[in-house]
Amino acid sequence: MLMISFPDITFEAGKYVDDLVSFLADNLEALFDFIFFVTSRSISGLTDFLMIIPWWLFIIIIFLLGWYFKSFFSGILYGIFIFLIGTFGLWEEMMITISIILTAVIICLIIGIPLGVAMAFNKWVSMILRPILDAMQTMPSFVYLIPAIFFFGLGNVSAIFATLIYSLPPVIRLTDLAIRGVDKEVVESAHSFGSSRWQTLTKVQLPQALPTIMAGVNQTTMMALAMVVIASMVGASGLGEQVLVSINRIDIALGFEAGISIVFLAIIIDRITNGIAEKVQRRGGNQ
Amino acid sequence: MTVQIQVKNVSKIFGSKPKSAIPLIKKGLSKEEILKKTNHTVGVYDATFDINKGEVFVIMGLSGSGKSTLIRCFNLLNKPTDGSILLDGQDITKCSRDELKKVRQEKIAMVFQHFGLFSHRTILANVEYGLEIRNVPKEKRREIAQQNIETVGLKGYEDKYPDELSGGMQQRVGLARALTNDPDILLMDEPFSALDPLIRREMQLELLDIQERLQKTIIFITHDVNEAFRIGDRVAVMKDGHVEQVGTPEEIIANPANEYISEFIKDIDRSKVFQASHIMTKPNALVSNKDGLNVAIKEMRENGISSVFVVDRSRRIQGIVTIDDAIQGIKEKKSLSDVIREDITIVNEEEYINDLIPKALESSFPLAVVNEDNKLVGYILRVHVLSGLTSDDVNESEEYVY
Repeated sequence: MLMISFPDITFEAGKYVDDLVSFLADNLEALFDFIFFVTSRSISGLTDFLMIIPWWLFIIIIFLLGWYFKSFFSGILYGIFIFLIGTFGLWEEMMITISIILTAVIICLIIGIPLGVAMAFNKWVSMILRPILDAMQTMPSFVYLIPAIFFFGLGNVSAIFATLIYSLPPVIRLTDLAIRGVDKEVVESAHSFGSSRWQTLTKVQLPQALPTIMAGVNQTTMMALAMVVIASMVGASGLGEQVLVSINRIDIALGFEAGISIVFLAIIIDRITNGIAEKVQRRGGNQ
Repeated sequence: MTVQIQVKNVSKIFGSKPKSAIPLIKKGLSKEEILKKTNHTVGVYDATFDINKGEVFVIMGLSGSGKSTLIRCFNLLNKPTDGSILLDGQDITKCSRDELKKVRQEKIAMVFQHFGLFSHRTILANVEYGLEIRNVPKEKRREIAQQNIETVGLKGYEDKYPDELSGGMQQRVGLARALTNDPDILLMDEPFSALDPLIRREMQLELLDIQERLQKTIIFITHDVNEAFRIGDRVAVMKDGHVEQVGTPEEIIANPANEYISEFIKDIDRSKVFQASHIMTKPNALVSNKDGLNVAIKEMRENGISSVFVVDRSRRIQGIVTIDDAIQGIKEKKSLSDVIREDITIVNEEEYINDLIPKALESSFPLAVVNEDNKLVGYILRVHVLSGLTSDDVNESEEYVY
């Protein structure tokens, strides 16, 4: 009896999660259907809108954004990148990917900023959310693809769901950090004039925190983009799907084109959101 | 003089259960003992004093003395753990949230050490903030803000951002922002400490100037003794959370309550605090211009002095007669008005020692001190000027004239 092997004690944690997921899928069907409806509509609406824009106009818009937030040269470079993606024959796929990312990021902000604010103000919220955020960031993403399919079936909505879980933490964390990092005296001065808590938050704390929050938005966007290929495993279309197809077909050419397109998008989105962050930084409070 | 703020037994304790330390304070335990026993820090220890309407009340102390904690009790940025603060008779520590908001919006405004400006707003938007949150219409608040920007001399900078301004200018914005709320009371938490000495001096004068015009009650925090005594009508000295002494600068310098305060005020530039009236001597011998030379000589003999001031019937100074001139005059059968010397130096009783020094050096006679009605109230010898500058001989200055 040297107790070498682990005793015969089993705790099937996975089974309970399985039960929970089935329970939720069965009982909250209406809710999931609603979420599915709204999300899929906004993705397709966004894609349709982006597809209406003439290709040359889109390139000009990207150029102008690059010029305004970075530099003239960057603007030209980003325009060329977009043009190249078009020449690969991946224009529509690019638009779908942009729609998915945009939708995911917008949902992230809608959920993430209020949660971040709540964390900054309430230590209980903070204590509960912290480990959850850690889990969201470290849990391998394939694991939550499965319940995503359960709730929303195969397709773009499941992809968004998976993307959310992966890319939500930075915006929450950085909002929390940003609000707590606002100069104490500045907040005191807002209070000293008799501001309500809402006025202090909207007129002083959020604007002061904006530069740091924008850094969170940038990270969230980049992480959403990083999920594109994995998300295509649950049926997301767009550039990620092309990468997946090229793996299945061992199509090096397509793989490269789709891959490099994702890189181009990543560079453009990163630089532009970074540029926005720097612009607001100049006027913002805490650095 | 009406009392505007009454501070009654205010204590502020920091820690997990602040209330638990109150009984210990009531028992009179020291800050260190309470820290040891309960692990609570006493910020303000049983403070009681009154602040009059329209005065500049300075709270002075070194860092960690609790002065910033105390000033934040007046607008409840810090809620006192115990005690009450009556503002025009209303106990603000018992205010509801809405009442407190009203008090902050209408009665009290604050100026901060590091300005506390909103860096994302223009100067104009900073200054009108107080009115904006009270939902004052845009036109109206613009107008009021504009006036106050002009009051502090920042006209033309309305559309700049705080980081485009120098420290001194930023604090002017802080002041304008506080004034825009038209408060009765202005709290100033070391407002000029972050500024360099030259700007600081300028801002102090300007504050006094503004105070003269607007007659606000100002509670002013500083760690700088010279600043405190220069601008304060009354000064409270704090140490380790205790208010050690409250009084006018002259009272504190003349009668420091304890060793600590004497030590504290040792470095003060007394020549800028003490006025002529504090160091002068009341004349025990005076001669009327109707008197004859014999009377003058008699007066000087009796008092053992070598010269005597001549005044008219309403005590207005006419000149001085020396003993030599008087004796010479009698020999030559002259009258008092023939030998009177008019080249004396007359100073106002409110002049600071600092300004008296050159006058005392130049004059060959004692300085004649007059009040605002030009009546002679005392005289100052050179030795008085010197002794007024050292702390050891304060008894010299006991003869107040008022």
